[in-house]
Amino acid sequence: MSTNGSNGFEPRLIGFLCRWCSYNGADLAGTSRLKYPPNMVPIKTNCSGRIDATHILKALKEGADGVLIAGCHPGDCHYINGNYRTAGRFPLTEKLLEQLGLEHGRVRLEWVSAAEGDKFARVVTEFTEQIRALGPLGWNAQFRDESAEADTAEAAKEAVPA
Amino acid sequence: MAEDKIAVYLCHCGTNIAGKVDVDKVVAWAAEQPNVAIAREYKYMCSDPGQDLIKEDIQQHGINRVVVAACSPTMHEPTFRKAAADAGLNPYLLQMANVREHCSWVTVDKDEATEKAKRILNAQIHRLPFNEALEPIEVPVNPAVMVVGGGIAGIEAALKLAATGKKVYLVEKNPSIGGHMAMFDKTFPTLDCAACILTPKMSAAGKDPNIELMAYSEVVEVDGYVGNFKVKVNKKARYVNTDTCTGCAACLDACVVRKVLSEFDQGLGKRSAIYIPFPQAVPLRATIDAEKCLTLKGKKCKQPCTTACGPGAIDFEQQDELVELEVGAIIMATGFELWDPGQDARYGYGRLDNVITSLEFERISNASGPTGGEIVCKNGEPPKSVAILHCIGSRDQNYQEHCSRVCCMYSLKFSHLIKEHLPETEVYELYIDMRCYGKGYEEFYRRVMDEGVHMVRGRAAEVTDLAMSPEEEGRLIVKTEDTLLGIVRRIPADMVILSSGLAPAKDAKAVSQTFGFGCSADGFFLERHPKLEPVSTITDGIFIAGCCQYPKDIPDTVAQAGAAAAGALALVDNATVKVEPTISYIDPEKCCGCHICVGLCPHVAIQYNEELKVAEVITAACKGCGVCVAACGSNVPQQHGYLDDQIFAEIEGAMAF
Repeated sequence: MSTNGSNGFEPRLIGFLCRWCSYNGADLAGTSRLKYPPNMVPIKTNCSGRIDATHILKALKEGADGVLIAGCHPGDCHYINGNYRTAGRFPLTEKLLEQLGLEHGRVRLEWVSAAEGDKFARVVTEFTEQIRALGPLGWNAQFRDESAEADTAEAAKEAVPA
Repeated sequence: MAEDKIAVYLCHCGTNIAGKVDVDKVVAWAAEQPNVAIAREYKYMCSDPGQDLIKEDIQQHGINRVVVAACSPTMHEPTFRKAAADAGLNPYLLQMANVREHCSWVTVDKDEATEKAKRILNAQIHRLPFNEALEPIEVPVNPAVMVVGGGIAGIEAALKLAATGKKVYLVEKNPSIGGHMAMFDKTFPTLDCAACILTPKMSAAGKDPNIELMAYSEVVEVDGYVGNFKVKVNKKARYVNTDTCTGCAACLDACVVRKVLSEFDQGLGKRSAIYIPFPQAVPLRATIDAEKCLTLKGKKCKQPCTTACGPGAIDFEQQDELVELEVGAIIMATGFELWDPGQDARYGYGRLDNVITSLEFERISNASGPTGGEIVCKNGEPPKSVAILHCIGSRDQNYQEHCSRVCCMYSLKFSHLIKEHLPETEVYELYIDMRCYGKGYEEFYRRVMDEGVHMVRGRAAEVTDLAMSPEEEGRLIVKTEDTLLGIVRRIPADMVILSSGLAPAKDAKAVSQTFGFGCSADGFFLERHPKLEPVSTITDGIFIAGCCQYPKDIPDTVAQAGAAAAGALALVDNATVKVEPTISYIDPEKCCGCHICVGLCPHVAIQYNEELKVAEVITAACKGCGVCVAACGSNVPQQHGYLDDQIFAEIEGAMAF
């Protein structure tokens, strides 16, 4: 990633998009040639209700500075109420992340319909700026260091004669 | 399993991708990635030579996983999966990386687009080793089709399908089919009488043995999926036995409640509480308006309708009836609503007499309308001057941004009809642009100009009755800027016709939710693809036709109805249809039987096996949302195509650099 941001930091983002509404909304942003920052890599699922805390944690662990979940508007879910499950689960996930010491605002839930290409572009732009303001998270480096430490400790243990 | 041999194909899509993404750089990078055996770029992967590249590599180089970095999978995933299958590779071992809609088209900087393309592609390269070979689930198709909406679009679609021998349920919420077209007087530009060309089709739809006409009925619930929809339709009580009613209309004359405003006549004419909306109604059956009928309101009435009815068809005890239908495909043809000009006080609609909507003028000029086809003002006098105001509620950022496409032409038609009936009357058309885009339309515009109609280029600013000179006294004044003359004008008129735009039906959003597809930003039903699939929706098996999709004229509506019928036929003419196998499964060895997924499944597709004390997925009912997968505390349910391992691998790939 190039580092031409205002503070030299380019956020790395993951966006989980439901296939019926938000993924198509993102497609429409493209078809309409709207421009938004390149920081987010989209990952498609059938329904936003498929996404649970482990996916978000995994993304953060792998180095994401922020995670977006986007699904159909309430009432529009292709699976009747999958997005209500997402909405119900989201505050719990936020709580969990808070307990892990994560700042508020690194994970965001949005409803983007297949017709809302402009909203998708706006949300990604806003979210990128939001994370840019929060700065890098660096969980991946932390995990690397810790696992390296663990390896060293393990190696040290093995080296100690019984 | 043999080692993973991934082939990566990067499509230029002309310059759509290659103009932003450095394809050589991405391909050189891709070739270095783990498991990648072949990386190629090609100008148009979706073309035959492009697809042949994939086939050859699978057959000659032992490729067993494929990623095509190109457009959205919504566009060409089926194309490439079919190519893979043709070459003997399970199609679910092919993934697409969307580097066009999600990358090259939305990114400004070339280097950034190139980097993003690599990350999007890398997510799929990482995912592929976890992909399983899947088989589409083949389900039987119900050959019947439901058409919702009985305007010209619905009638046309129903007739076309019925002609192929398919059973069609034509559901219409009003007492008669016919829709807006039945209200029109003439049709532009040929000036065919609307009734003369429509009523034969209405009658044919009513008589066709393959069409089950369900008028005065509304869809309340839709369940199921492509090929197998289960629909609940509420047949509203007419309080008239439609089997015995002959449509003789004797009850209409007998009814004592006679001053109900006729919906069909746009409130300009009257009807009785028991009514037939118009003489050519199909089905030609009486309906009692429960809100107006004295008996049904619990008031005293001698029920002269019952006395007048020879066959004894009146039944005050009748109740709404819920009918369950099973169909393989659905065509939505629910039409439009005229934009209500009362929303903008400047036009004086509802406040000033003789300011009327276009649909009201259709009824006034119609020989079977409330004035018997005489073009007259409220006082019964013919107007000496008529102003026709274009783009009311259309092309207006305050209301509807879209162009309603038909208003220019129907306005010109009005001018012609006024000149034909009242040659001495001055007619003014106030337009922004004259949009005469169809066959014979520009010629019709020329013809109307030659008939002496005044064309004023300028949007009407206001309609007022405040006179500023003796000749304006007692008349309507239309204020506008004539942008060709460069002056502000006050045009006196005795009748002002507001050429209102076409708006989505007020319940369009709710209807789209009932059926499970969306609306676009303008409120009309959203088509699957604006160019290539204009009559499909995102829900397989549900098609759209006519003005529920977007304003269009009658020829376009009829053409679209035919296309929707062909789409539905192409589906229901098959014995089976293949549906995506991306459904959930539960390993009984791991399930602890906590029930949490059972209650969360939106489609009641998980049942609890009392004997084994585990939850089980009912394959035929599961639609693949994955809610159960996310909900399980032990990660026991998994979803084919969206396994946790696959999603995790995508994340790793996307975040690898």
